[in-house]
Amino acid sequence: MMMEFTTWDILRNLLLAARWTVLLSLVSFVGGSLVGLAILFMRIGKNVWLKRFAQGYIELFQGTPLLMQLFLAFFGLGLVGVDVPAWLAAALALTLWTAAFLAEIWRGCVEAIVRGQWEASSSLAMGYVQQMRYVILPQALKIAVPPTVGFSVQVVKGTALTSIIGFVELSKAGTMVTNATFQPFIVYGFVALIYFALCWPLSKSSQILERKLNVAHRNH
Amino acid sequence: MTYSFDFSWIGEYLPVLLKGVGITVELILVGAFFGVALGTLCAWIRALGPLWLRPVVGAYVEMIRNTPFLIQLFFIFFGLPSLGFRMSELQAANLAMIVNLGAYSCEIIRAGIQATPRGQFEAGASLAMSPIQTFWHVVLIPSLQRIWPALSSQIVIVMLGSAAVSQIAAEDLTFAANFIQSRNFRAFEAYLVSTVIYLFLAIVLRQLLRGAGALLFAKRRAAQ
Repeated sequence: MMMEFTTWDILRNLLLAARWTVLLSLVSFVGGSLVGLAILFMRIGKNVWLKRFAQGYIELFQGTPLLMQLFLAFFGLGLVGVDVPAWLAAALALTLWTAAFLAEIWRGCVEAIVRGQWEASSSLAMGYVQQMRYVILPQALKIAVPPTVGFSVQVVKGTALTSIIGFVELSKAGTMVTNATFQPFIVYGFVALIYFALCWPLSKSSQILERKLNVAHRNH
Repeated sequence: MTYSFDFSWIGEYLPVLLKGVGITVELILVGAFFGVALGTLCAWIRALGPLWLRPVVGAYVEMIRNTPFLIQLFFIFFGLPSLGFRMSELQAANLAMIVNLGAYSCEIIRAGIQATPRGQFEAGASLAMSPIQTFWHVVLIPSLQRIWPALSSQIVIVMLGSAAVSQIAAEDLTFAANFIQSRNFRAFEAYLVSTVIYLFLAIVLRQLLRGAGALLFAKRRAAQ
């Protein structure tokens, strides 16, 4: 029996699936921040081997398609013998990918702190950890907020690719609803609008934060 | 772990991989050229163009930058035919990449244009240059030089994003990997090999763009 889909049915199904997009974005962003922080400290630290590892990590994840990383996580975890659900591979790949970009963004922020700050704090007999904790990171954090919020948009958009390894989120739901209704124009239009509703506030707040920060900069 | 890796299929499937690489390269060449052209036009409109057109371009840029490439692709390939625009997989992939890069490069180039000091426009006018000549020689070329690194990394990002076009059956490198793993069931190896190829392509593309930048702006730097 054929079932009739009203516009409301389409929208309702998409919105229900959008919850998974939001959840996956949050998990990847939080996870990516933690791993990214670890990569950041290796990248800016003194140990040459850790520094090289971090450089290689960033180059690898920024130089290959996220889709390939998802495939490799999906089939790679399978090789180890784990029966991988799509959400696990999706969260793992997105976390590692997010970490690479955040580490690189944050490195820029740490390096933007002028050398004098390092010298001043070391002349106060602060150790490396103290310098980081009390002088460098608080200032770097302030510069880091706008680009970090801006990057969260890329994470939300990145989750769309997880539909390809079979995770049912907004994009996958769009394909499924299209197959049931044969109305790709309307369905993908709605899907795009929902993504826009998720991403645009983030983009906008990133811009506003950046402007505010610039004002602060001009005044001192 | 009992799994043993098997890459012995590479020889047999080399033509498939190479064909995929060819399509990916074609996609990024066409996408980069027309995408940056579209982005330049949009940047001109947003910074200096007719007032009524500015919000239209602004809406286009925001819409593209806040939705996933995959959905743009699906909308163009599956959605537009219902309005009568029917196109092949490759045409849809090309169009999606141009439209996508157009929006990002618009913002990047606009930033460059807006960083041009006001006096430059006046200097151009005082040399009896037409507004178009002033825009091209005095505003656009130095702006491009300024934002070339940002534009280059955006082009690399779009190239990596092009892996998604395999989902509308455009036969790029990812499509080749999908095809190979469906034949020999060596999924991990197939994707590993194509990932390495993508990494290689990204490094080569970055170097090429750096070289192109040096070539394009060499005369200016010598003159300065």
